[in-house]
Amino acid sequence: MKWEVVIGLEVHTQLTTKSKIFSPASTAFGAAPNTQTAVVDIALPGALPVMNRAAVERAIQFGLAIGANVKRRSVFDRKNYFYPDLPKGYQISQMDLPIVEGGVITIQVGLETRSINLTRAHLEEDAGKSLHEDYQGMTGIDLNRAGTPLLEIVSEPEMRSSAEAVAYAKALYELVTWIGICDGNMSEGSFRVDANVSVRPVGQVELGTRREIKNLNSFKFLQQAIDYEIRWQIETIEDGGRVVQGTVLFDPDKGETRMMRSKEDAHDYRYFPDPDLPPLVISEEWIERVRSELPELPVAMQARFIEQYGISAYDARMLTSSKILAAYFEATVAAGADAKLAANWIMGDISATLNREEKTIADCPISAAALGALIARISDNTINNKTAKDVLKKMWESGATADVIIERDGLKQESDTGAIEAIVDTVLAANPKAIEEYRSGKEKALNALVGQVMKGSGGKANPAMALELLKKKVG
Amino acid sequence: MLTIKQIIDQLASGETTAVALATQYLDRIAAHQHLNAFITVDREKSLAQAAAADAARAAGDTRPLLGVPLAHKDIFCAEGWKTSCGSKMLDNFIAPYSSNVVERCDAAGLVTLGRTNMDEFAMGSSNENSFYGPVKNPWDLTAVPGGSSGGSAAAVAARLVPMATGTDTGGSIRQPAAFCGITGIKPTYGTVSRFGMIAYASSLDQGGAMAQTAEDCAILLNVMAGFDERDSTSLQQASEDYTRDLNQSLAGLKIGLPREYFADGLAGDVRAAIDAAVAEFKKLGASIVDVSLPNTQMAIPAYYVIAPAEASTNLSRFDGVRYGHRASEYSGLNEMYEKTRAEGFGDEVKRRILTGAYVLSHGYYDAYYLQAQKIRRMIANDFQAVFKECDVLFSPVSPSTAWNLGEKTADPVAMYLEDIYTLGVNLAGLPAMSVPVGFGSNGRPVGMQIIGNYAGESRMLGMAHQYQQVTDWHTKAPQL
Repeated sequence: MKWEVVIGLEVHTQLTTKSKIFSPASTAFGAAPNTQTAVVDIALPGALPVMNRAAVERAIQFGLAIGANVKRRSVFDRKNYFYPDLPKGYQISQMDLPIVEGGVITIQVGLETRSINLTRAHLEEDAGKSLHEDYQGMTGIDLNRAGTPLLEIVSEPEMRSSAEAVAYAKALYELVTWIGICDGNMSEGSFRVDANVSVRPVGQVELGTRREIKNLNSFKFLQQAIDYEIRWQIETIEDGGRVVQGTVLFDPDKGETRMMRSKEDAHDYRYFPDPDLPPLVISEEWIERVRSELPELPVAMQARFIEQYGISAYDARMLTSSKILAAYFEATVAAGADAKLAANWIMGDISATLNREEKTIADCPISAAALGALIARISDNTINNKTAKDVLKKMWESGATADVIIERDGLKQESDTGAIEAIVDTVLAANPKAIEEYRSGKEKALNALVGQVMKGSGGKANPAMALELLKKKVG
Repeated sequence: MLTIKQIIDQLASGETTAVALATQYLDRIAAHQHLNAFITVDREKSLAQAAAADAARAAGDTRPLLGVPLAHKDIFCAEGWKTSCGSKMLDNFIAPYSSNVVERCDAAGLVTLGRTNMDEFAMGSSNENSFYGPVKNPWDLTAVPGGSSGGSAAAVAARLVPMATGTDTGGSIRQPAAFCGITGIKPTYGTVSRFGMIAYASSLDQGGAMAQTAEDCAILLNVMAGFDERDSTSLQQASEDYTRDLNQSLAGLKIGLPREYFADGLAGDVRAAIDAAVAEFKKLGASIVDVSLPNTQMAIPAYYVIAPAEASTNLSRFDGVRYGHRASEYSGLNEMYEKTRAEGFGDEVKRRILTGAYVLSHGYYDAYYLQAQKIRRMIANDFQAVFKECDVLFSPVSPSTAWNLGEKTADPVAMYLEDIYTLGVNLAGLPAMSVPVGFGSNGRPVGMQIIGNYAGESRMLGMAHQYQQVTDWHTKAPQL
């Protein structure tokens, strides 16, 4: 039987507010346990939540960025359950009336572009942490994280493979970090993914029974977990078994998913509107102000790059994979570099070297201005491409500018026709066979000889000029 | 005994001092412990606060209420004070922060004489649900003082304190004020900040003032009321002087008598006392109109769905994890929760948590909680309709005078039904007060309820004050 996979994702993004969603305590990561807790976070008797407008503003930014409906009125609900790291005995969330409804994320898998629809995004508070180690059989509770603002972003079940799910998660990640509502620090839990996975025979309309894989905090684990889960579900059904709706955890060491609880054990959360918080009403003015302050979004920027710089769609997409990379590219061009060359260099040597050194573009030792100046020297024929690669390496190591290195090391390319002509003559004399091939119509035969001319010149010959001379002499 | 007005004058003139007053009242509290009006009294702490007030006054501090004593209901967190809310659950809880109400009282220079007894988590109409035992009605030690602010009402009635804070979720200021023959006001929902006031039912809870006279209530409400950004339901309104209308004439005032509040079930002696008070108001220039609040009966079921629903989750934080009672022996997390809450909560609290969890649970929510919210809106609309015909409503506070201790404890529903005249006000968020208007055939006090429209407190207090200028019910004190 042929199987179709159905995946929907719920992503918890931690918002970049300084204080918590309902209390004035700091959200900074890594402080000593229970030091970042106001009366609300410990849920002392009489403590009351107060909405943090900065969290609301980030939700509005997100809604506008994905073309969603930002609700003028949304409601906070209490989700009731007992757990030691949930100090109030309920989580404040949004159930029936979330702040954001709808919206679209565009993903690219291979050559195909797809639009994934979002169901909703809602504001809620994070819980604290239970610490099971180091307490001699007891459990410690750290409430620093309790009350950290989260935007839970829920997609429609429209993804059909782990590759699409990862592409969606990455696109979402790029967007929330691009607009600055999430710091994207996955190892600190700033971006956590739950994947709802089911399978059904191809052609069947009705959805299969889903299982939800909880708390995946890397794209790699997301892919592995979904792939395992798909295999497990298909095998289970094909072996005559039945998928039971429930929640599973992914064990990265074993590469397996494991049942945590079935739907039968699910809580009745007894949702109801939180009487401590009036409905969240957002004015047109507020929405318009946020809209006017939104940065240019990746999709719009890609279109502009293609139009303004004449680069390919692929290059435009790669260069807008992060805001800082896009800014680096534009600054390189502004410093005098040809746009296509700038794109090639940034996605080629610069990216490769950064990857090798496990750095990001933010830590790049070569400034956009310096790279722009280097590329300008290629365009004005001061150096050739190959020399430029060496210059870049030296710039990376020493921090000196391209011009200083070119001058100091005498790397200026040879454009003196007389000097190159002598080398061309030597090379032609040694390669009669290539001349013959060229004359018989094999245009490329001479290209191989350019390399020899370059070698003969110690890399300094202008390759275009060398080719021209070769053709002239042979032709 | 002195009113707040008189105390302010005596302190200003130097006739008395904060320490002398505190000592005098603390002695009286100590002499009347059998009333069980207080959960905590800390003589040393109170006298230190009084001495500080005297020192400030000597140094030129002119805050008018500096050194005036009061008591707080044990529901308002006060830094350094045990704040038990009448529950074993919080018997060991020393509040690490102060509620907005306590902060405001402290900032005004008021001296805290102690923490008054109350029904556990403010759930009750007789003060018999306190972990610390029932409060006795100073007028008759075999009678209940009313609840849940029974300790505050009894303390003021017995002149153990000149005034006290209270809270009112379904009548918890007005009913004990009526049963104990004092004046008490629950302002418009949102007038007094709930920050630091331990929640029973958040959408209904409201702090207020209890004292001998309407004027004293106005003075205390001036201290307690005001916008607080830490309570999202706090009203953003210009600050109000609740004494401003005290001397306003009642000529032309239109008083509505909702006929459903005078129907079967109202005791004859209560009715007679109210009728006499209404006659006094006519003499003061008011006219009477007959009005109808058709959904009055539905207030009881609506209230006993909404309040328990909110309470069931408000009280989830009492889990034994971070503070308060924790069972001493348990195995595993669930047993820790179960035993802690089974031991820490009393019967009425458990009853309301269970009711609340039930009405919010899957499959029942629409039938109970949503229906109750619809009724709530209908009741609020009824009030708005009658306020087109009249300025205020007069009614009894309770169908009868205070009942006997133990009389209704076996039948919770019978006790719920006693709240018929007070619940609608909370559901609508309106201001209402209780004014002493006489005594029943058993010699126990009768209170009359004045219900105003939103933000009508000053006018209501003015009416009560004018009435108290021509009557002396509010000056009567029990023989102890």
